[in-house]
Amino acid sequence: MFERVRELGRSGIDVCSEMGRAGIFLIRMIFRRPRLIKVFPLVVEQLYAIGVLSLIIMVVSALFIGMVTALQGYHTLSKFGADTQLGQLVALSLTRELGPVVAGLLFAGRAGSALTAEIGLMKTTEQLSSMEMMGIDPLWRVIYPRFWAGVISLPVLSLIFTAVGIYGGYVVAVKWLGIDAGTFWSNMSASVDFHLDVLSGIIKSIVFAVVVTWIAVYEGYTTEPTAEGISLSTTRTVVYSSLAVLGLDFMLTTIMLGGW
Amino acid sequence: MQTDSLVTIRDLHFAHDNRSIFSGVNIDIERGKITAIMGPSGTGKTTLLRLIGAQIQPDKGEVIVNGQNVHQINRRELYHARRDMGMLFQNAALFTNISVFENVAFPIREHTNLPESLIRKLVLIKLEAVGLRGSANLMPSELSGGMQRRVALARAIALDPALIMYDEPFAGQDPISMGVLVKLIKTLNEVLGMTSVVVSHDVPETASIADYVYLIAEGKVVAQGKPAELLTSSSPHVKQFMQGLPDGVVPFHYPAKDYIEDLFDV
Repeated sequence: MFERVRELGRSGIDVCSEMGRAGIFLIRMIFRRPRLIKVFPLVVEQLYAIGVLSLIIMVVSALFIGMVTALQGYHTLSKFGADTQLGQLVALSLTRELGPVVAGLLFAGRAGSALTAEIGLMKTTEQLSSMEMMGIDPLWRVIYPRFWAGVISLPVLSLIFTAVGIYGGYVVAVKWLGIDAGTFWSNMSASVDFHLDVLSGIIKSIVFAVVVTWIAVYEGYTTEPTAEGISLSTTRTVVYSSLAVLGLDFMLTTIMLGGW
Repeated sequence: MQTDSLVTIRDLHFAHDNRSIFSGVNIDIERGKITAIMGPSGTGKTTLLRLIGAQIQPDKGEVIVNGQNVHQINRRELYHARRDMGMLFQNAALFTNISVFENVAFPIREHTNLPESLIRKLVLIKLEAVGLRGSANLMPSELSGGMQRRVALARAIALDPALIMYDEPFAGQDPISMGVLVKLIKTLNEVLGMTSVVVSHDVPETASIADYVYLIAEGKVVAQGKPAELLTSSSPHVKQFMQGLPDGVVPFHYPAKDYIEDLFDV
């Protein structure tokens, strides 16, 4: 009995200290001030690997999500004769929710897992250790550029996702279902508020970007240097990031809609 | 005790996962000499190099490198001190996404602002020293294990460190690569005057180049001396290791309960 209580306590302490370590790690990433002239090219290189290479999956997914939202929306709205409001429905769902959330989930799967695996493998093959022994801090040289590239990429990708999604919705609504293009766009622009809808989506995607990239680089950096270790860390990155995105989305939505 | 030591290790204690690795190790690494740290696998030889490079913290004791206690200086000073240390990792640890040339240029680019033409010359000089100037444009994956280790060596000496540590440089090498590495370690030590620490369990190769040997077993230095002295030592530990006897002080069997009892115990 006592042993169980002790184990419970021990695992509680372990979780807290792990969170503490991860928190310190994040603070060091955010408040570190390296030499810009050296770090800039490294961030640009990572922006390509993390951001540009994630573009295709984002665009294709966004197109399908926009199209399916329009189809589903039309099906329901037309029952009430409100099918002219389809533009509004597509735009609001994408800017407020689907854009940041789905882009965050896709980013965790595409870029987050790649980041963890890459950093984890660098650790396993002693590349990070060899850097330390050369007097180069891997936190600065490897982790920092990847972290910031992730933080910059995801909000931009989310915006692209939302825009392409809306276009997908437009194609289905106007070209296929025959809704008037003018009605579609004018209803959309009349009902979408920049602060309430677009800005809240951007804020969400910035929060998701920090959290997803933080989890990915931290898991890679602290991985157990074995094959199983990398596999576990990569899995944890995707699972934790996805849960974090969905959980935080609920919290942020509650705050933004004035529930708190 | 030697007087002109680059590295001084005093009363070093280190435990990992409650398993004691070192319990009171004292080692002096003389400047400009090749010091070998030998011992059976799993005695923590690599751990010792990591303690010298301050990649891990000891539980007790001190490691003084070039007059600085590397475990008590701050992060910035430590990274600065490491510029004067080179380390050859067992699996080379080359950066796989950049070419051989860029691997060797990496520490130079990070630590200096030299013009590109000078960096090129420096890198080619280092690659020539390890006999791989011709491979400058290849990727690490296109090289054999032995060649990768030589490139890693060129990278480790890129900034002409005062101390270079070799982690099992001969492990898993064919006789030719092994001969090349033995020659390289000796030459670099003689020509550049680098203080070298070789961690190894390959007795003949290491004994042939080392000036002084420390034999570690069960967390302690069990013997030390010039290679010739150790080869003729009568101590059972030293004899078993230096002559490669399968059974002796270090038993062949991992500790277990009685064999017969174990077999018939259902």
